[in-house]
Amino acid sequence: MIRTALQFPRVTRRAWNVWHRNLIVFVRTWKVNFFPPFIEAFLYLSAIGLGIGAYVGSIEGIPYITYIAPAILAISVMNSAFFECTYGSYVRMYYQKSFDAMIATPLSIEDVIFGELLWGATRSVMYVAIMLPVLAAFNVISLPASLLAIPLAFLGGMMFAAIGMCFTAITPGLETLNYPAYLFITPMTLFSGTFFPLTLLPPVFGYIAVIFLPLTHLVAVMRMSTLPAFSLSILLNLAWMAIITIVLCIVSINLMKRRLIV
Amino acid sequence: MSLSPVIEAAGLTKAYGTTVAVQAIRFTVRQGEIFGFLGPNGAGKTTTMKMITCVSPRTSGTLRVLGHDPATAPAAIKARLGVVPQETNLDPDFTCHGNLVTYARYFDIPQDAAEKKADELLAFVQLQDKRDVAIDKLSGGMKRRLILARALVNDPDLLILDEPTIGLDPQARHLIWERLRLLQAQGKTVVLTTHYLDEAARLCDRLVIMDNGSILVEGSPAELVKRFVGEEIVEVERNDEVLSCLEKAGIVFEITGDMVQVVTGSARDVARTLFENCRPRKMLTRPATLEDVFLKLAGRALKE
Ligand SMILES: Nc1ncnc2c1ncn2[C@@H]1O[C@H](COP(=O)(O)OP(=O)(O)O)[C@@H](O)[C@H]1O
Ligand SMILES: [Mg+2]
Repeated sequence: MIRTALQFPRVTRRAWNVWHRNLIVFVRTWKVNFFPPFIEAFLYLSAIGLGIGAYVGSIEGIPYITYIAPAILAISVMNSAFFECTYGSYVRMYYQKSFDAMIATPLSIEDVIFGELLWGATRSVMYVAIMLPVLAAFNVISLPASLLAIPLAFLGGMMFAAIGMCFTAITPGLETLNYPAYLFITPMTLFSGTFFPLTLLPPVFGYIAVIFLPLTHLVAVMRMSTLPAFSLSILLNLAWMAIITIVLCIVSINLMKRRLIV
Repeated sequence: MSLSPVIEAAGLTKAYGTTVAVQAIRFTVRQGEIFGFLGPNGAGKTTTMKMITCVSPRTSGTLRVLGHDPATAPAAIKARLGVVPQETNLDPDFTCHGNLVTYARYFDIPQDAAEKKADELLAFVQLQDKRDVAIDKLSGGMKRRLILARALVNDPDLLILDEPTIGLDPQARHLIWERLRLLQAQGKTVVLTTHYLDEAARLCDRLVIMDNGSILVEGSPAELVKRFVGEEIVEVERNDEVLSCLEKAGIVFEITGDMVQVVTGSARDVARTLFENCRPRKMLTRPATLEDVFLKLAGRALKE
């Protein structure tokens, strides 16, 4: 059971053909897709950054709006990839039967799922790329170090894409995807050192966040990049994310294989 | 072109858990023929197609498609395969033309070539007017035609069609039949499943009849009719007078509902005997068909 879940999938470069399909559909509706990141950055910065920030002042010597800017990026990375590879992939798999059509071509199911994961991560990168200028305009990130947010968005995107795909592989239907969305993503949005430092809470929250909440690590590395304030702990954060990403990419592909190949 | 078989299966078996959907079937598809799988719903036709198209792994037995084993070289097989699945799975995010181009990309066909091929194929299935129309604006028949076009984007050597004409009106069915013959004339091998007996009889050079996961018989339609039924059939309305009269004349018959069937080499003689001696109220003579073969082999009782 565990052995098959961890079996290394044979993915080929044909996975990019799947990615390309999704890109074309996305680009065709670019107007719809362009504004959410733009507006979201705006809303967060004004409401939480300027609004709440007026009371909070600063955290750890950093102006509050500057403190939450990297968290906004990290949350967007998480949401774009996770929702793309849960609701998006599920619709393509179950309702549109796109995966069935694809695996009748030289594409294997491994290629298809990896292509979907790459696409989920690409959504994250695009989201961050659109948000960065807004954050720069608010003068809450420093350049050029903040450009690191783009490769970090890809890593974090792959991580949350794989997490999402694992749920997609086991969900009985579209509605049950609401459970991970509400029970996992929403708490993580609040308790990963996003809007306040975890040190304010009893230590157990911090431990849980570091061990179990992937967003914690993404927020940490994003914050080091946008401030910038690098420390050696970035290596631990990156290693944690890299390992989880690789393992879950493999597991999600194998779970999907189990679901789709009968 | 080599004359080695395009598909060779022996002992081919597929079980879904404890349900055995296909049980130790053996068949050979030769280069350039139209080969049919005929059988009622649940016979195992789709399952067989899925094993051939490398989508579903077999449980046991041997299978070679275009010289390769689907278990070890699926990509090599699928590159030369055109597949029309039973379930319509066009991409609703694209137009007709977009569907073909996108599908061509999965075969690594360059964009320019794909666009040109897509227009050619739309004309081939008479959908050039619908080039830029969204999928959900197409009728069922148009969708099936578009799927046929999609199956041809990679210029396949072998076409696998699972119920290609299911639910279509007569015009659409005829167009698809005609196109399949044209493709055969171009040298392609065609494998199709159907539960329409007339479709199998018209189209297939050879066919197998499947039921309950097994192959009952194999042969050309004419051969099967001759072997299992006979040449002609006389049907008379069933009543006691007719029955006793047939028995007296020593004619072998079969009761099918409210009719009596006589299979014969010469319908004319039987019809004359009946007319002269039995005074039937309703009678018709017709050539025997695959339907008769099928009913004889699979039984008349409704399954399920
Ligand atoms: N994915 C599946 N899981 C379990 N049973 C299946 C599955 N697909 C088909 N079957 C069963 O296998 C048998 C053959 O089905 P199928 O190959 O679809 O027949 P046909 O195409 O001739 O109608 C049926 O009894 C069907 O219920
Ligand atoms: Mg079927």
